[in-house]
Amino acid sequence: MARYIGKRLIYMLITLALIATFTFFLMKILPGSPVASADKLSPEQRAIVEARYGLDKPLPVQYFDYMFGLAQGDLGISINQFKGANVTDVIQSRMGPSAQIGFQGMLLGTFLGILLGMIAALRQNTWVDYSSTLVAIIGISIPSFVFASMLQYFFALKLEWFPVALWKDGFMSSVLPSIALAMFPLATAARFIRTEMIEVLGSDYITLARAKGASGTEIAFKHAFRNALIPLITVLGPMAVGILTGSLVVEQIFAIPGIGEQFVKSIMVNDFSIIMGTTIFFSVFLIVVILIVDILYGIIDPRIRLSGGKS
Amino acid sequence: MEKILQVKDLELSFNTFAGEVKAIRGVNFDLYKGETLAIVGESGSGKSVTTKSIMRLLPEHSAEFKNGEILFGGRDLTKLSDKEMQKIRGKEIAMIFQDPMTSLNPTMPIGRQLTEPLLKHQKISKAEAKKVAIDLLRLVGMPKPELRMKQYPHQFSGGQRQRIVIAISLACNPQILIADEPTTALDVTIQAQILELMKDLQKKIDTSIIFITHDLGVVANVADRVAVMYGGKIVEIGTVDEIFYNPQHPYTWGLLSSMPSLDAADEKLYAIPGTPPDLLSPPKGDAFALRSEYALQIDMEQNPPFFKVSETHYAATWLLHPDAPRVEPPATVIERMKKFPGSRYYEGSRV
Ligand SMILES: Nc1ncnc2c1ncn2[C@@H]1O[C@H](COP(=O)(O)OP(=O)(O)OP(=O)(O)O)[C@@H](O)[C@H]1O
Ligand SMILES: [Mg+2]
Repeated sequence: MARYIGKRLIYMLITLALIATFTFFLMKILPGSPVASADKLSPEQRAIVEARYGLDKPLPVQYFDYMFGLAQGDLGISINQFKGANVTDVIQSRMGPSAQIGFQGMLLGTFLGILLGMIAALRQNTWVDYSSTLVAIIGISIPSFVFASMLQYFFALKLEWFPVALWKDGFMSSVLPSIALAMFPLATAARFIRTEMIEVLGSDYITLARAKGASGTEIAFKHAFRNALIPLITVLGPMAVGILTGSLVVEQIFAIPGIGEQFVKSIMVNDFSIIMGTTIFFSVFLIVVILIVDILYGIIDPRIRLSGGKS
Repeated sequence: MEKILQVKDLELSFNTFAGEVKAIRGVNFDLYKGETLAIVGESGSGKSVTTKSIMRLLPEHSAEFKNGEILFGGRDLTKLSDKEMQKIRGKEIAMIFQDPMTSLNPTMPIGRQLTEPLLKHQKISKAEAKKVAIDLLRLVGMPKPELRMKQYPHQFSGGQRQRIVIAISLACNPQILIADEPTTALDVTIQAQILELMKDLQKKIDTSIIFITHDLGVVANVADRVAVMYGGKIVEIGTVDEIFYNPQHPYTWGLLSSMPSLDAADEKLYAIPGTPPDLLSPPKGDAFALRSEYALQIDMEQNPPFFKVSETHYAATWLLHPDAPRVEPPATVIERMKKFPGSRYYEGSRV
């Protein structure tokens, strides 16, 4: 197992280096420079600013400077969005709210999704099943900004149950954004668990369990559930991506001082180091999620646990 | 002998999108205490559906009893609720299936799969159940049973898994064990071992076995009686000797002719021509008539009743009617009949 994880870590580093390289050059190809937006500067002043951030050096030198810094954990300095602040510090200071709504959203969504999918599978082709499918379709097809705005309009503006925006009321501020983020994992989990449960319930070992005299509940929870859960783990990755991209919009709508909101703004003002830093941060996050998913896979599924241990 | 199970005029259909599939069209048989009854017949003839309907394991939403009863312990199983069936399944009637590779729950240690029916049906503690489970594993010939209790199905071979499934099925000393092609998925040597094991265990716990198989060689080896199924009906039933050496139904003749024999290696293997009947709209009369060269006019119009050949031997074919013309069975079948006292070709020198 240790060797397996070690191997995976090396792959992760390679992946990261590739992502950093691509993003770096993509950014350089894009029109506009962080300094250009400050068009009140004279050419001399501009040159001074550019020199300060190393933007005057040839591209390969800039690239190696950046990668060298990255290797040491240095993400550089914000150029205009947070003038002069260390990018690592910026990300750290903004991680709290993002992590909170992301985590809450994921937990809520997965939990409700599993519940919904289970009920749908056990009551296959009844109205319960059809309504759960409807919820899943809505969850997947309605973009999170529409959903977030609707929540904000009804539950904050009209009913005034929750604060409209800003991150001022602790947990209460996090409720609506978390629910908005939960929709995608909810829909994904519900669809997945339903399909898997139906498949598992039709398998030979379930028939054998019934032949042993197991009751409906025992079949569903003791025998089928765990087996239906395994494939769900594989979509935890895409679900995390959904949360991440969702957070870009949702944080914007609820004016939450999180990483997503900051990322969107940094793109608007062309803050090269923040964009790079956040992209790399997101990548690390996703790569780690995928690793965790693979490890979890082995814990739940004894067949994989064993072969993973041997290799 | 004591009748332990009686299936009477059983009719069962599946309601599907295509229409009503009449899978069981009037099945009658008794099962005696301690015997092994083999059910043979080609694919789709209704062997599995018959036994699954005894266990009530068919999908509730599509399978529907149309007629008949299944009498067990003074009760009609077709009328019981699922709750009541749960008390019978695994305790009084147990079942093993064809594919040991998929019959065990892949994410549950086999120890737990073994103790499950014990804890369910008997008032014993977990520790006791574990002891019984270990004994069961030993009984089915699993080496080091204590160590293997914690292992998962993928850590066992196919033959071992079938032993485990057998151990599970025998956990509560059932009165009836239904084995649906238990050896079909195994290779020949393992097959023989599993058959020996089943025969052994049957003697030990005195259970009745319904044994479904395609393999007539296996039938000769394990069964006391044989029921031949065709198109959702039993067309002939009798003792092993009666079915093998004095068969009466043309379909049984076909089955026996298609059985490879050791001493006739150079013979061409016979295959019954045609295809099984469409159970969405089963033919009037004898379902086998369309494929049979022995079919009479009446076979096309009227369903043959069971004609008694002996106390233990019945066949549903108009050929047994007193007014029917005498036909000659295939040569290989006549060869067999020559060895059977009481058959019309008997030559007196039975081996
Ligand atoms: N769930 C179901 N829905 C509809 N039809 C079914 C269902 N299960 C079985 N049947 C039909 O019932 C008939 C009998 O099937 P059954 O499984 O009993 O055959 P079998 O004799 O066991 O064949 P095999 O030797 O291949 O196992 C077949 O025509 C089959 O298509
Ligand atoms: Mg079958």
